[in-house]
Amino acid sequence: MPATPSRRLPRVLDERFDEILAAWTKEQTNGAKPGTASEGDIRARCSELLSAMRKALASSGADDVQGPAWAPVRDVLQRVSFIRAQQGFTPSETATFVLSLKRPLFEALRASAGNDAEALATDVWGATEVLDRLALFTAEVYMKTREELIARQSQDMLELSTPVVKLWEGVLALPMIGTLDSSRTQVVMESLLQRIVETGADVAILDITGVPTVDTLTAQHLIKTVTAARLMGAECIISGIRPQIAQTIVHLGVDLGDIVTKATLADAFKLALSRTGTTLVRSRNGANPTGSLTTTPR
Amino acid sequence: MERIPILRMGQFLLVTIQVDMHDRLALTLQEDLTSRITEHGSRGVLIDISSLEIVDSFIGRMLANIASIARVLDADTVVVGMQPAVAITLVELGLSLPGVRTALNVEKGVALLNAAVASSGAMLEVDDADGED
Repeated sequence: MPATPSRRLPRVLDERFDEILAAWTKEQTNGAKPGTASEGDIRARCSELLSAMRKALASSGADDVQGPAWAPVRDVLQRVSFIRAQQGFTPSETATFVLSLKRPLFEALRASAGNDAEALATDVWGATEVLDRLALFTAEVYMKTREELIARQSQDMLELSTPVVKLWEGVLALPMIGTLDSSRTQVVMESLLQRIVETGADVAILDITGVPTVDTLTAQHLIKTVTAARLMGAECIISGIRPQIAQTIVHLGVDLGDIVTKATLADAFKLALSRTGTTLVRSRNGANPTGSLTTTPR
Repeated sequence: MERIPILRMGQFLLVTIQVDMHDRLALTLQEDLTSRITEHGSRGVLIDISSLEIVDSFIGRMLANIASIARVLDADTVVVGMQPAVAITLVELGLSLPGVRTALNVEKGVALLNAAVASSGAMLEVDDADGED
């Protein structure tokens, strides 16, 4: 009975292990980007993967790449893929790590099959199937690593881009930068309300100078934030509305209701001061251009 | 029968809601509050909900109702001490409590009512000795 591909593949791997490993390492060192990994490094990883594959093939065969017998192989691939994703390799470069094994492996299979063309074709097909699955797995891990990276970065941005600053006794300001989506509005709202409780602020200024576009959804989010702050007993002023955005708001038919809006943060601040019973008076002395502040009890 | 106490502070009434509201309790509160406003000629009602962790649409509607009833009797209603989470929930429910004034705490609420009373007529000091009954 002729050996099936799943049996011949491990045998070939066994017999010609060093030969395949040398050819594979060479293949990769030739195609590698300069300065990314040393030859010894590549050789070590190739050897690790190859021996893991040999064991997996011998114990369970080529069919079940997702099975427990292949876990060590997947482990090695996961590590390689993870490192490459972090080092900034492209997806194809990462997948090539596995796919470049094809040529050395096929050559070894051809040498072992001799003149039996049919057997060679079956062997090659079996090997291709295994390697393709492994390459797909590598690509998947690569994508997952990148996605995690992106998710973490956007989370960082979310936290960085929503500071609540205290401008004056009882006056808070929220300089918003970037697109306002639902999750950001939620964070903004929560941090604003929390700060209102902490500082006992009466007025909060939402500055949208850094918000690139305002559509109906963004306006909806703004209105929600203002309403929530009002329920907490704080008045909101929206400032930093650029001319184009003012036009967009009107064209979209967004009703901002009785929300106070100001063109600049300075105007909003002035209004906020007057609401808290503080008036800004410019000093008579021309040499001292800074204004002085007087607080009048309400 | 369970009742929510109504405290008198000078010309204002203070209601502190600390228990779960249900239909009967809300109706009783409305009735009690209405009779107290007319009895004392109160000019303002403070509703303290700082100890409420959960507010649903029913309580939201009840607050709006009380405010409207008080308005008819010429008293302003101020809801004070709403928790941030409660405020977010109400906004998400679409209940913005129009016509209800809000303040962060009782102190600010009293100041708000004083200002409202002062703008509508003569300013009256809240007499502490008159206190709670």
